Amino acid sequence: MALRMWASSTANALKLSTSASRSALASPAFSLARSFSTGIFAVLEGFKYASSHEWVKHDGPDHLGEVVFVELPEEGKSVSQGNSFGAVESVKATSDINSPISGEVVEVNTKLSESPGLINSSPYEDGWMIKVKPSNPSELESLMGAKEYTKFCEEEDASH
Amino acid sequence: MAVSQTRNLGLPLINLLRLKGVPILQQLHLEERLLRTSSDNWCIINDGTIDPTIVMGVSGKPQELLEIESILRDDIPVIRRFTGGGTVIVDQGTIFVTFICNKDTVPGLQSYPQPIMSWSSLLYKKVFQGIGDFRLRENDYVLGDRKFGGNAQSITKNRWVHHTSFLWDYEISNMGYLKLPKRAPEYRQARDHLEFICRMKDYISRSSFIDSTIEAVGSEFLLRSAELEDAHCTLGSKFEPSSRLLRKQELGEAIFKSLTASQS
Repeated sequence: MALRMWASSTANALKLSTSASRSALASPAFSLARSFSTGIFAVLEGFKYASSHEWVKHDGPDHLGEVVFVELPEEGKSVSQGNSFGAVESVKATSDINSPISGEVVEVNTKLSESPGLINSSPYEDGWMIKVKPSNPSELESLMGAKEYTKFCEEEDASH
Repeated sequence: MAVSQTRNLGLPLINLLRLKGVPILQQLHLEERLLRTSSDNWCIINDGTIDPTIVMGVSGKPQELLEIESILRDDIPVIRRFTGGGTVIVDQGTIFVTFICNKDTVPGLQSYPQPIMSWSSLLYKKVFQGIGDFRLRENDYVLGDRKFGGNAQSITKNRWVHHTSFLWDYEISNMGYLKLPKRAPEYRQARDHLEFICRMKDYISRSSFIDSTIEAVGSEFLLRSAELEDAHCTLGSKFEPSSRLLRKQELGEAIFKSLTASQS
């Protein structure tokens, strides 16, 4: 199973990012291999995704557009599964970003305040948003695998 | 009666709230509360706002967008709103129309910025049928190639708000408070404000616009008249809206930032 691992001094921290090709609204999807810290950003085997579209490097239509502003929480703040932890602005719209898991914010990507476009240009590398120390690892079970997520996106687009 | 009931079967319900002269900050607070704490659909029409007020989008930087010294001299309030988008100056000549909907309310509508924008433009196309060359141009409502309606949105997991400020009329002198924005639609082609915008009053009366808009909304929703008290009753008391008035100190600091930036 291909798994991208990021060395991190924070045990069990998850890096959350977003795909600007989908609404940044629902819980960001990420992949976690249990005790590893990961930066997860592509539809690769071994990665898991929430039902709300954030991670994926999706080749379909760009639903959100260029991100011009990102609002992120402070370190130490709690996030909870399915609830908003910040927002992105794209041209005329602000969109909530929801967390796929519950936990504590241990690091925030400060590059995004000067370069919000990293979310578009590098969603799986430099465009990460926050690192979260999970408070309930069992929440990961509710997330989708890569194939499941790709199918979910296709079905969602087809239904509209 | 039976005929109209049959026609309305299957249409989603929307609360129609008609206001007049409500201060724009109060309107924005109401909208944000309804977006976050109500589960109903709402259409809010505010016919003018009392005092000339500048309203920036969520990420607006005063030093880039505003002629701050004039604003401070003339004591013009500046608000940062909760939705995205650009900067407007609103007053009694502005008519506001807002839609707050659950994401599944409009059949087949994806709750992303462009689909919502397109859907709204089709609604207003009905209003301007035979009146002017109306269209959605990038993210603005235009008559010909001149903007008369600016749009902004906020999208949450299950709901969205799309609000518009329509220039029924405007004061030329007020446009002097706004700089030419760095981020502008391509069709603007660097035109200054007075060459870029137009007045809706040259095409349609105030009451006709509002009546036609309500009729257009009624063709897609089942309208239920609401009062301001109804809106307040449904609201969660703990919610704190984020739209706010900028303090004079903040505007002063923005002048300093712009001076520092120009010297570096």
